[in-house]
Amino acid sequence: MAATLFHKVWDAHAVRVLPSGQTQLFVGLHLVHEVTSPQAFDMLRQHGRKVAFPDRTFATVDHIVPTSSQKRPFLDLMAEQMTSALERNCRDAGIHLWAPDNDNQGIVHVIGPELGLTQPGMTIACGDSHTSTHGALGAIAFGIGTSQVRDVLASQCLALDPLKVRRIDVHGALRRGVFAKDVILTIIRRLGVHGGVGFAYEYGGDTLDAMTIDERMTICNMSIEGGARIGYVNPDETTFEFLRGRPFAPAAGDAFEHAVAWWRQMASDRDARYDDRVTFDASTIEPTVTWGINPGQSVAISEPIDAEPDDEALAFMGFKPGSRVQGTRIDVAFIGSCTNGRLSDLEEAARIVQGHHVAPHVKALIVPGSRAVSRAAEARGLHEVFIAAGFEWRGAGCSMCLGMNPDKLEGRQVSASSSNRNFKGRQGSPTGRTLLMSPAMVAAAAIAGEVVDVRELLVGADPRVRPGVPA
Amino acid sequence: MSHEPSTHEPSSMSHQPLAISHLSGRGLPLRGHDVDTDRIMPARFLVAVSFEGLEHHLFEDDRKADPGHVFNDPRFTGASILVVNTNFGCGSSREHAPQGLFRAGFRAIVGESFSDIFQGNAAMLGMPCFVASHDDVDRLQALVAKTPDVVIAADVAAAVITAGSLRMTATLPSAVRDGFLSGQWNPTAMLLVRFDEVRAVAARLPYITGF
Repeated sequence: MAATLFHKVWDAHAVRVLPSGQTQLFVGLHLVHEVTSPQAFDMLRQHGRKVAFPDRTFATVDHIVPTSSQKRPFLDLMAEQMTSALERNCRDAGIHLWAPDNDNQGIVHVIGPELGLTQPGMTIACGDSHTSTHGALGAIAFGIGTSQVRDVLASQCLALDPLKVRRIDVHGALRRGVFAKDVILTIIRRLGVHGGVGFAYEYGGDTLDAMTIDERMTICNMSIEGGARIGYVNPDETTFEFLRGRPFAPAAGDAFEHAVAWWRQMASDRDARYDDRVTFDASTIEPTVTWGINPGQSVAISEPIDAEPDDEALAFMGFKPGSRVQGTRIDVAFIGSCTNGRLSDLEEAARIVQGHHVAPHVKALIVPGSRAVSRAAEARGLHEVFIAAGFEWRGAGCSMCLGMNPDKLEGRQVSASSSNRNFKGRQGSPTGRTLLMSPAMVAAAAIAGEVVDVRELLVGADPRVRPGVPA
Repeated sequence: MSHEPSTHEPSSMSHQPLAISHLSGRGLPLRGHDVDTDRIMPARFLVAVSFEGLEHHLFEDDRKADPGHVFNDPRFTGASILVVNTNFGCGSSREHAPQGLFRAGFRAIVGESFSDIFQGNAAMLGMPCFVASHDDVDRLQALVAKTPDVVIAADVAAAVITAGSLRMTATLPSAVRDGFLSGQWNPTAMLLVRFDEVRAVAARLPYITGF
C-alpha cells in the first residue's frame, strides 16, 4: 500500500504498541548536547540504569560555548561545569563526544549531516527543538525534553503518538535575492506558528527538488517555528551525493549502493495519501523579514506591516501598523545558527559583503556552525572578506541565536539575524529586538546599517545561477 | 515570586505507579497566545546542570517588565492549575519550562492548545495539559480572574473540568489520560520491559547492521 516516508520510517522503528496506545519507537540516532542532558544522566545514575546503546548516541558542545575564545577552562564557570559534566557523562557511558577542542565540534544540527551521521530513513532524536533540521536528508527527526533524553539513554526508545502528515508543495523558480529562509518564513506566515501542531511537514515540489541539502536544512530547521515537530524532504540523488564519502556514511562500494537502494524505497510513494496538502508558488516569494515576536509575524521587504493587530508585538518592537521594516536602523548583525550557519550561507553573505564595509554603528558577527564550516570557509578566503569588511570572525557555536553564552544583545538593541526565533528576550536581552531574515539580507543590513532590500545590492553582482531563473 | 515552591519532587522513574484520577486546586489565568518557552523560562537559567530552583525564574523577564503580570499577583499565590490560551509552550523543547511550573506547584494546565513538545514534556512530569474550547477557556480565565479562590476540579477519566458554576468537557491525549489513571505516565520502565524486542528492531535496521 502506498505510504509516506513518515509512515514507512515509523513502521520500521516501531517496537510495539504500548498498553497506553502509544508506539514504542526505536531511535536510530540520538544526539546530545550540554544543556538538556546533564539532568538525564543524573536520573540514570540515581536509578542505577545504564545507557542501552552507547554507540547510537553522539555528543557535542554548542549552546554555551563562547565564540570569541574557546580556550578551556571557559571564563563562565557554569559553562565550564556543564562541559565537564558532559565530558564525564560521555566517558562513563562510552558515548562519542566532540568536545570544544575537537576539529569536528559544532552545532549539533550542523555536524550530524556534515559527518554523515544523519541518513535517510532514520529516526533521530535530540533534546533540542531544531532537530527537525535533519529531516532535510529524509530522516524523521524531532526534538525531545530531558526526561525523554533519559528514556532514550536508558532504552533507545520513546513512547510516542503518531503525527498526521501535511504535504507542502513549493513550485517554481526562486527569484534572485530570494533564499530558502524566505521560503520557510513565507510558509510559516501563511500556515501560522501553530498551524503545524499535530503534524509532520513533508516538503516537496520542484523548488525543493532543485535545492541543495543546505537549503533543505534551512527549511526543515524552522518547521518547529510553524508548530510542526518534524519536517522532512524525501531523499533523492541530491541527498545521496551529499552523503557519499562522509565519515559516518556507508562505505563506498556495495554498502553505499545497498544504502541508496534502501533510502530510495523509504521515500514517500507517488500515490501516498496525506492528511492535508498546501501549495506555494516560489516565484511570488520576496525577501522576507520578521517584524514581530514570533516567526510567523513577517512581511516581504517591499510590504508594510499588515498586522493582524498584535499590539503587544508592535509595541515591543516599536513598529506601528503600516510601518515598513525596510529602513529600520540595526545595532547588531548576526550570521550563524543551525538555521543559516553553514558554508553556503557564509558564501551568500560574502558575495554581498565583498568590497563593502560594515556601517560604523553596527556590531557584526559571523559565527560558523561548526569547525568544519569554519575551516572550509577559511580555505576559500571568506574569513578575509568578512574581516576586511569589519565583521568579527568567531569560533563555532550557537552564539547569539539564544542568549546562553557571552554573545548577547544589550538593552533594546535591534538585531538583523539569520537565526530562527524572534521571541522576546531570545537573543539574551529581555528588551532586545530580533529581525529574522536570510544571511544575504543580514549582510546587506550590516553594510547599510539598516534593513534594506538585498536585491538592490545584487545589481551588477553575479546573479546566483539557478536553472530557470528569469533574467 | 508569588508561588511557594513545592516540596513535591517531579516524578522520576523510581517512583511507584501512582494513579491520579482527580486534580483540583486554585487557578492562575495567563492570557495570551503563542507563549513560548523562552518566555516561560529565559535561556540564561538553563546554564546549569540541574533543574533545581527553576521555580524562582518563571516568566522572570515578563514579570520584571510588567509589575501587573499575573505571576506577580499575590491573589494567585498557591495556584496549582494554570489556564492558558493557544499554542502554549511553543518554541524551544526545554523541559526547564514545565519543570519550573511543576516545581512552583502547578499540577495541571488547561488551555486552548499546546505545542506538541511542551505537552509531551509536561506529561512526563505528571502535569496533564487539558485542551478546552476557546469559549470555555475564556470563561474559566474570567472566572478565576474575578474569584481567585474558586476551586478548579478536573476529572481525568472524563476530562471534565468544573469551577464554580462552570462545567466544561476538555480533551486529553488518550495515552496521557490512561497513564494517569493507571499511574504509568512515566514510561522508562515500560520501555525496558521487552528489551529483546528493542534489540530485534535494531538488528533488522539496515543502517545498524551495515547495509
